[in-house]
Amino acid sequence: MTTQNLESETPTPEDSKMWTARLRNAWQRNLPIDKLLPDTQPAYVASWIYVFGVLTIAAFVDILISGLILAFAGPAWYHTSSLGLFVNSLHFWGVQLFFVFMVVHLWGKFWMAAWRGRRTATWITGMVAFLASIGTAFTGYLIQTNFDAQWIAFEAKDGFNAVGIGAFFTPTNIGQIMLIHVALLPLVLGVITVMHVLLVRKHGVVPPIDALPEIEA
Amino acid sequence: MSGWLSDFMNVPAKYIHFNSWLQISVSNLIVILIMVALFAAAILLPFPGSHSKSNSHRGDK
Ligand code: HEM
Repeated sequence: MTTQNLESETPTPEDSKMWTARLRNAWQRNLPIDKLLPDTQPAYVASWIYVFGVLTIAAFVDILISGLILAFAGPAWYHTSSLGLFVNSLHFWGVQLFFVFMVVHLWGKFWMAAWRGRRTATWITGMVAFLASIGTAFTGYLIQTNFDAQWIAFEAKDGFNAVGIGAFFTPTNIGQIMLIHVALLPLVLGVITVMHVLLVRKHGVVPPIDALPEIEA
Repeated sequence: MSGWLSDFMNVPAKYIHFNSWLQISVSNLIVILIMVALFAAAILLPFPGSHSKSNSHRGDK
């Protein structure tokens, strides 16, 4: 609150110029709580194709939890003990499911042209999530420390040098790649996913292409 | 690693060559076919608890 408001009549939230008030007002306008946490959806949402976004999130949660266990226990555990191999497998197969779900989700959104009605940012954040996932999977394969990983690293090194970014990303530097894989990229992917879902909440689910114009949001 | 799964996986990938420019590993082809099947199932299978007659507003222009 500014002192100027204290002197005048009762300050309305719109009066305040503080960044907290401006953020609050913008949030209230764009994403009121009933839009953020709805308990009903339009009839057309009752289809399996709308489940694939949340299936992707479920696979992501599996990857995060199993990855956290792998990071704390270390390769000496997850490469040797049977429980370690099991958690390693939860992580690996979670990634396979993550990509399968994400691609079916992408196909669904593509064929219903889900970027209609000012939903461009939803589509773009989805695309960025896809690219970030590829980077995360790539760095994951690099830290398997087997012959596959070595082969991929040395092929990628040549590719990175050819496009001029070899000075910043060195696939053969396992310390760098492991930190990017466990710290940076999961965070980036998590933040993008939150933005993506908040945008879906803000705009509401896109109406089918053959819906009446007045249903169009 | 040992067991039937690793016996199945710890070998060089088998490739299908359609012609000189189109080739794909069997494993990648299987994954793509699974995704296509999932997509078709998601479109075609009825969603439990939905009343398909209630969306009569669709298409009645
Ligand atoms: C990390 C990967 C992703 C996650 C976790 C995710 C999650 C979600 C969720 C939960 C929804 C709402 C429910 C649904 O319709 O399924 C959604 C909607 C949407 N997704 Fe994704 N998504 C991902 C990647 C993508 C990709 C790669 C694209 C396309 C380039 C995409 C495009 C969209 C669009 C356009 C919508 C909005 C549909 C509408 O407004 O009705 N998403 N996403």
